[in-house]
Amino acid sequence: MRPLPEQASQLLDAALVGELTVVRPDGRPVTYPLIPLRDGDRVYMTSSTLFSKKLEHIAANPRVSLSITDPVAVGGAAGRLTIQGDARVIAEDPHGGWERLLPIWEAKEPAIVAFLKVRVALPLFFERALIEIVPRRVLLWPDGDTSVAPQVSELVEEAA
Amino acid sequence: MRRTPELSPADGLTRLAGYPFHIVTWVDDAGYPVSAAVGASMDVAGGSASFATPAGLVIPVDREVSLTGSHIRPQPGYGYDERRHVTVWGRASVAPDGAVTFTAAHAWGWDEQETPFFEYSERSVGQSRKYFDALSSERGTPVKPRLSLPFLALRATRLPFLTATIVPVVVGIAIAASHGRFDLVTAALTVIGAAFTQLGLNVANDVFDTTQGADDANVTPTQFSGGSRVIQYGLVSLRSMAAIAAVCYLAAATIGLILLAIAPSVELLVIGIVGIVVSLGYTAPPLRFVYRGLGEVAVALGFGPLMLLGAYVVQTHGALAWEPFVASVPIALLVALILYVNEIPDRRGDARAGKRTLPVRFPQRVIITGYRIAAALAFAVVIVGVVAGWLPIPALLVLLTIPLALQVSRGLAPNYDNPYGLMAVMGVNIKLHLYAGVLLFAAYLIVLVLGAVAPSVPVFVSVIG
Repeated sequence: MRPLPEQASQLLDAALVGELTVVRPDGRPVTYPLIPLRDGDRVYMTSSTLFSKKLEHIAANPRVSLSITDPVAVGGAAGRLTIQGDARVIAEDPHGGWERLLPIWEAKEPAIVAFLKVRVALPLFFERALIEIVPRRVLLWPDGDTSVAPQVSELVEEAA
Repeated sequence: MRRTPELSPADGLTRLAGYPFHIVTWVDDAGYPVSAAVGASMDVAGGSASFATPAGLVIPVDREVSLTGSHIRPQPGYGYDERRHVTVWGRASVAPDGAVTFTAAHAWGWDEQETPFFEYSERSVGQSRKYFDALSSERGTPVKPRLSLPFLALRATRLPFLTATIVPVVVGIAIAASHGRFDLVTAALTVIGAAFTQLGLNVANDVFDTTQGADDANVTPTQFSGGSRVIQYGLVSLRSMAAIAAVCYLAAATIGLILLAIAPSVELLVIGIVGIVVSLGYTAPPLRFVYRGLGEVAVALGFGPLMLLGAYVVQTHGALAWEPFVASVPIALLVALILYVNEIPDRRGDARAGKRTLPVRFPQRVIITGYRIAAALAFAVVIVGVVAGWLPIPALLVLLTIPLALQVSRGLAPNYDNPYGLMAVMGVNIKLHLYAGVLLFAAYLIVLVLGAVAPSVPVFVSVIG
């Protein structure tokens, strides 16, 4: 598997929010704003069990995309991207398994640590599953201008 | 209950028009979603949007396409706020020049300024239950949400609300001490027994509000209202909560019997029995005081005269007096006002569940006027009590809390329909009761100290006269 393009990694690291799109059983795409957390060449997101419908969709169909489109959410950095990939839900420990990604989350949303300390106030929000995306294909618009064709990077070699 | 609200296509397009750019999304022939930013123009009246096909991509016309708007406002060092998003689904037609006409068919969206995050979360509790049910079924063993035991105990029993019990009990003990009657062991047992009664009440309240549908119907609970939610969240089962309530009441009854054995009196027996009946009858059938609009009366009685006189008669072995009764009245009024204000954000859910509390029965104007009258009455009783010689002069310290009452009074109208804005007001209202109780307790400490070091200094107006 090839690594993510450098600019794609930078955008993922900067983004406070990205748009995860999953596919419903009837074929309709459904988009959810979530915080992307990059760890190497994989992208993670966490979903509270309160908002776990997306997890049902991923379990039924792992084909997803994640786009970074909002210049404000990346602190004004140039570029937009869409990553197509295969997702899986990691739900072994909904109580604390997701906390391994807390340092990456905290770097983007420092307040989350304070919220976690008063977990008692919103207990179900902190019952969470991890979504792991293995990127297959990246569409990158280096200047963010989608009137120009994207640079397409295939990260997974198709079987011969 | 749907989590993300459904919108009409026109509403969806109207909202999309407010976003600086849009994300067009479809599922490609390989089955993966594709998204790209576009600048769409909305024709709300025509139910459509138009935009240019992103270069190098092909927008399908044989399947659904969506347009999404998503917004946050970064807050460096904190995270972000002003979360909102909207998605409109429909079909696209593409002209030879790549111009896309999108016809809207469905929409949904969330804006935290319209539906606060806490309410949005509360509306989604059913989805969390469904998730854990599926996980349990998949693993063949129950999987439940979890909280650490101290947090769970804190939440399930609503421990911080114990101030409602501690205030009248310690004031009752202090009054008895000022009358020369104080025994540390029975005083401590009284505090513990009364605390168990309230914990039993708090937990039983959750049990009966769940069985009668009131807590499930409430989608705007706050830190101070709407119950502990531990049953709704799947943290503790209904059966376990019922058992916890029974244990608390049993402990309270046992301590009551011990106190009766140490300091027997008919007065204590009567106060104990009435206290248990009022406590259980607060939400439990057949009495269901709070469902009949009598919650404030029950709370005033239970956390006013019953607690305070009960603590007093334990120390005096049954001797009653007017002074502890008069002292209990402002405490009773202020504790009833805690419930009264806390019922305001619950009123819609309560009405759906047939819980006819005062804020369900009466309009905002009446409720706010009622608050002002009751709070004024609490302070008037202190003043009249001191002037009439029923209460010691230092009891006027309670008047220092008048600014808190004014703060609550002023905060009710602007936050009446905003449960989360009302949270701060509810917090001040709880402080009002606590601080008034602490100051009344301090007044009796002053009386005790003066009695010990300067017995000739008069502490009652009637003594001066």
